[in-house]
Amino acid sequence: MSKTEAFTGADAASEAMRQINPDVVAAYPITPQTPIVMKFSQFVADGEVDTEMIRVESEHSAMSACVGASAAGARAMTATASAGLALMWEILGVASGSRLPIVMNVVNRALSAPINIHCDHSDSMGARDISWIQIYSENAQEVYENTILAIKLAEHPDVHLPVMVCQDGFITSHGIQNVKIFDDNKIREFLGERKPIKALLNVKDPVTMGPLQLQDYYFETKKQQDIAMQNAKKTYLEVGKALSGITGNTYDFVEAYNLDDAEVVVVTLNSTAGTVKSVVDKMKSTGKKVGLLKIKLFRPFPYEKVAQLLENKRAVAILDRSESFGADAPIYGELKNALYNANNKPKLQSYIFGLGGRDIYEEDIESVFNDLISNNIDPNKRYIGVRE
Amino acid sequence: MIEIRIHGRGGQGAKTAANFLAMAALEQGKFVQSFPEYGPERAGAPMKAYTRISEEIINTYAPVVNPDFVLVIDPTFIGTIDVADGLKEKGILIVNTKETPDEVKKKTGFDGEVHCVDASGISIAATGINKPNVPMLGALIKVTNIVSVESIEHLIKKKFLEKLGEQKTQATIDAIQRAHDEVK
Repeated sequence: MSKTEAFTGADAASEAMRQINPDVVAAYPITPQTPIVMKFSQFVADGEVDTEMIRVESEHSAMSACVGASAAGARAMTATASAGLALMWEILGVASGSRLPIVMNVVNRALSAPINIHCDHSDSMGARDISWIQIYSENAQEVYENTILAIKLAEHPDVHLPVMVCQDGFITSHGIQNVKIFDDNKIREFLGERKPIKALLNVKDPVTMGPLQLQDYYFETKKQQDIAMQNAKKTYLEVGKALSGITGNTYDFVEAYNLDDAEVVVVTLNSTAGTVKSVVDKMKSTGKKVGLLKIKLFRPFPYEKVAQLLENKRAVAILDRSESFGADAPIYGELKNALYNANNKPKLQSYIFGLGGRDIYEEDIESVFNDLISNNIDPNKRYIGVRE
Repeated sequence: MIEIRIHGRGGQGAKTAANFLAMAALEQGKFVQSFPEYGPERAGAPMKAYTRISEEIINTYAPVVNPDFVLVIDPTFIGTIDVADGLKEKGILIVNTKETPDEVKKKTGFDGEVHCVDASGISIAATGINKPNVPMLGALIKVTNIVSVESIEHLIKKKFLEKLGEQKTQATIDAIQRAHDEVK
């Protein structure tokens, strides 16, 4: 049994959290918090979940409380955005370095300064090398399903790493769409209870968490973190396949949209991938050979899959909604890496768009495709909709 | 796909109207989107909210540029901001005003189909307060048939019965029905 609801992306995340019924949710209850935690705290107040809700004084403390809860053996979750994620930074590394399977919804929003509350990916892209798995969501439906998948992925014995489930600020988080919600019991049966390998509260098997490791062991711990990240690819596919049994949807590293026939391709993630689909449909109907490659799993990055899908294409545009100042933009850089060993490399063009919530129109994307079609490509970063 | 833009002022319920429209369409099995234009959020500042309704899945997240229908909740916008901006030639403009469609056409410069309804007057008569946003949906439904009156009424009952009680909920439904009947 499933039902379709008119949900925002924030609603979708909190609905997933209701079904997950985590042991602990710690969150900073005011700005830059999102409606995710507002709605979830209502579930707590109404007794629809038996979560211990901890209202903390900052995001640094929110993540610290999640670290404590998760280390104790609890299933711990939180949500944040923008400056909130930035303030968590120190503890993000504690969570991943301690191999704690915390799941966090991130509503992607710009970082200060200048002060801005709107959508871009500067927050989570800034945290791409802190050893958190990152899954990006095109729409509210994906937010819901990715959040459920994330729990199972994070807690898998081969992985044991925290996961961020990202969605676009306002565009996804505050916009209402159709969201299909699956049966509570089926989701709960799929997830089961968290079975920690090691937990502070297990007195029969005492462990130390977060110890001092200097020149002697720190390096080994970091190497193991990378192995866990590499393992996460296989586990992501396995968990996705199992979830597929309930939802009927597929969970690959990427989504290929009209890619087989395409000569030129746009690569992007989150809600703009949806807008690109709409443009692909229109251009396809006029005989243009265009396609989309949507990145879903950004950490760990699916280099082989991306290379396999894009080699032999004529040209590829990469649309990043965040900057890497003085360097290649985050997604573009990964695409370039992925294709280094390809036999038939496509030409690549980097575009930055939508910083601080600047609108992206279908015409903008059409003109990107037209650049690729007419071979208007150069090694410089290009900016969509920015004033000179 | 049908795209609708609603002009209101912060606090007048343009976003609520856009959401209700989407929810009613979803209950009729349609694909929907609704979202406000988030600027600096201030009570009284002009703002816009949007609804998309489609038989097929809606992929795009681009802003609505060329709406099919425009709803104006605040009559003071007529002649002061370009409410018909981007409105399709065959689009429809519906305004909360005591003025006639001809007067609105003259002030907005929009030459297409224009309808007027005194949704503020209807709202005050029915509920005692000036909340023209939901009654305006009655006018929209009459002119465009985009969703059924029953689906909006059902939704109002679902959302308001517990919060407002039977009497006030019925007054809101009456206002929708009156705006539906009286739109010119």
